[in-house]
Amino acid sequence: MSDYNFAYLDEQTKRMIRRAILKALAVPGYQVPFASREMPMPYGWGTGGVQVSAACLVPEDRLKVIDQGADDTTNAVSIRRFFEKTAGVATTGRTSEATLIQTRHRIPEEPLTRDQILVYQVPIPEPLRFLEPRETETRKMHALEEYGLVHVKLYEDIARHGQIATSYAYPVKVEGRYVMDPSPIPKFDNPKLESEAIQLFGAGREQRIHALPPHCKVVSLDFEDHPFEASKADHDCDLCGSGTSYLDEVIVDDAGGRMFVCSDTDYCETRRGAGHRGRLAATGQEDAA
Amino acid sequence: MIEISNLSKNFVLHNQGGAVIPVMRDAALSVAPGECVGLIGASGAGKSTLMRMVYGNYLADRGVIRVGDVDVAQAAPREVLALRRATLGYVSQFLRVVPRVPTLDVVAEPLLALGVAREEALGRARDLLGRLNIPERLWPLSPTTFSGGEQQRVNIARGFAHGYPALLLDEPTASLDAANREVVLTLIEEAKARGAAILGIFHDEAARARVCTRVVDVTRFTPGLAA
Amino acid sequence: MTPLLQVKGLTKRYGARIGCADVSFDLYPGEVMGIVGESGSGKSTLLNCLAGHLEADSGHVMFDTRAEGLRDVRAMSEPERRMLARTDWAFVHQNPRDGLRMGVSAGGNVGERLMAVGARHYGDIRAQAQDWLGRVEIAADRIDDRPTAFSGGMQQRLQIARNLVTGPRLVFMDEPTGGLDVSVQARLLDLLRGLVREMGLSAVIVTHDLAVVRLLAHRLMVMKSGHVVEAGLTDQVLDDPQHGYTQLLVSSVLQA
Repeated sequence: MSDYNFAYLDEQTKRMIRRAILKALAVPGYQVPFASREMPMPYGWGTGGVQVSAACLVPEDRLKVIDQGADDTTNAVSIRRFFEKTAGVATTGRTSEATLIQTRHRIPEEPLTRDQILVYQVPIPEPLRFLEPRETETRKMHALEEYGLVHVKLYEDIARHGQIATSYAYPVKVEGRYVMDPSPIPKFDNPKLESEAIQLFGAGREQRIHALPPHCKVVSLDFEDHPFEASKADHDCDLCGSGTSYLDEVIVDDAGGRMFVCSDTDYCETRRGAGHRGRLAATGQEDAA
Repeated sequence: MIEISNLSKNFVLHNQGGAVIPVMRDAALSVAPGECVGLIGASGAGKSTLMRMVYGNYLADRGVIRVGDVDVAQAAPREVLALRRATLGYVSQFLRVVPRVPTLDVVAEPLLALGVAREEALGRARDLLGRLNIPERLWPLSPTTFSGGEQQRVNIARGFAHGYPALLLDEPTASLDAANREVVLTLIEEAKARGAAILGIFHDEAARARVCTRVVDVTRFTPGLAA
Repeated sequence: MTPLLQVKGLTKRYGARIGCADVSFDLYPGEVMGIVGESGSGKSTLLNCLAGHLEADSGHVMFDTRAEGLRDVRAMSEPERRMLARTDWAFVHQNPRDGLRMGVSAGGNVGERLMAVGARHYGDIRAQAQDWLGRVEIAADRIDDRPTAFSGGMQQRLQIARNLVTGPRLVFMDEPTGGLDVSVQARLLDLLRGLVREMGLSAVIVTHDLAVVRLLAHRLMVMKSGHVVEAGLTDQVLDDPQHGYTQLLVSSVLQA
């Protein structure tokens, strides 16, 4: 522990990042540039989220890290260990117990509260990037609120697929002003972007931080005759029976067998702990005992 | 309707040693509504030049060309454009149109430009093309592929589509057969009857004698030829 | 009548070289102005200065805005200028690739300007795109194809549809028929003439093709070395050119 400054980053860097975070909170949805540091992990593994988390953590925090909703995947485990080692903070798998949650590609099912911070790992913060490659131009478009192009993308979806086929990283308009990419969360999670918690988005390689303060208005873009839908697989969880949580499809054999399970592992476990059972739960290992 | 006075023009050939060729000196004439004035004079005397100056196609160096209440010699381009749209028609010897446009649309175009409803304009075009004996099967085709005589008649139909108060005719009966010549002369007589002021060049003497109220010999205005 | 566009003393230099110098003219509603001249004569520089793609060094470009009457476009803020560029103005590039989004379907290309000014009903946007594709003679079943699958002439017509869908009042065109073969050119000319007439469009068209301006432009400016050497009615300038350079230009055209 004494080998590292608290939470790995030096105090000046944390100060710089906190300034960027405050600015991002003050201008919801606006991408604030920051001097992203080299982190002891490759770009694309959450360097932006880790720096934001590092700048927010205090010794009293209880940290939860999820990757696609799961606490036990490599990326989540590595980052949790990183902060256990460099900050010595307590960690947890329980959404309700965590004070700071770093996430990749999901928002927990359980509603977040005013005492929590959700930190997103963001690969590409610019919602206009694939429509307009010039950074000078996209910045100008944000500045002048020229967002017609985002709808061109949605138009193309409907023209090609009969519906808006964008199912993750679905663009939103924040407080009626900035169009924002909510990172590659499923569009099912978009309604949860309006939250009591503070939401911070860190993009390490792209050196941008953006944020949603609590109770911020977040509208998913759509057409009047093709309204936004927070869709999910049309099943119940095979383990906990939930009909309202976001599901992962798991192939279980080579004969076409499959099961649907909550992508939020903590949510699923909590429900099963409370006695809820899904279609395949009886044969599940955990319930065998 | 058409009043010309003191009209003079030189051509200056800048790329041929700046040669100055005087082509018109102190031309003067007038055409009243319902009148048809024929321009005569030897080839090269300046008949076409004078017509083109009236239409604004050639610039006047000096003088007045009053058509209605516009002095073409002084008018701004957009005034000349408005004059050509509503007041001053011109049947030249050559048909100049966008390739591929159907004959019917070519003839209706002057009316469409004036804001006449499309069906009405096309009706007028059909009427004129019929009278001028352009076979109906040719109407949907572009006139660019037509024979000289057919092109000439399309040009005439176009020139008479709108009832211009003033009309310039450059050899309207050239290269026409007897029947079509008769139709054109009747059209000119009709225009006179409704009060159009017409200035024309007719090499066809019989035609000239039939439609022209009087003639003006432009040789009087030709520098070097005038007495 | 107020001119739609009033240009006064517009000058652009590239260092010591002149791009265009002291250009002034008025353009009235419904008028098409042609600008001709040889390569390097400054006609494209002038067009780009007018359209705001290049910053002129001095002079005024006054446009009769719907809300406030004549305004100097050069003195407008950038948001105002960009708003103008996607509502009342349009720009047709010589190369359709510069004016189209090649990765977006024909319908999306036409719909973009509608969406940029706030259209949010997919069905309406598509219907308008369909209508415009029809007006530029692109078959309805090509609406979901990308421009990469179109011929050069179709791409150019698509670019025109994309530009005119919001009903602009002023269109800038840079060699709109350049690079097209002759029969396709004729079709495009006919289309442009019809649109100009029906929509009451005003246009500034840069070209080096005298036959094109004769058929399309009401008025003509001839440029040489950045200066306007002659201006007037198109047919008058072509048939009775006054300036030595224009005389040379007109007499140099090969007769077909």
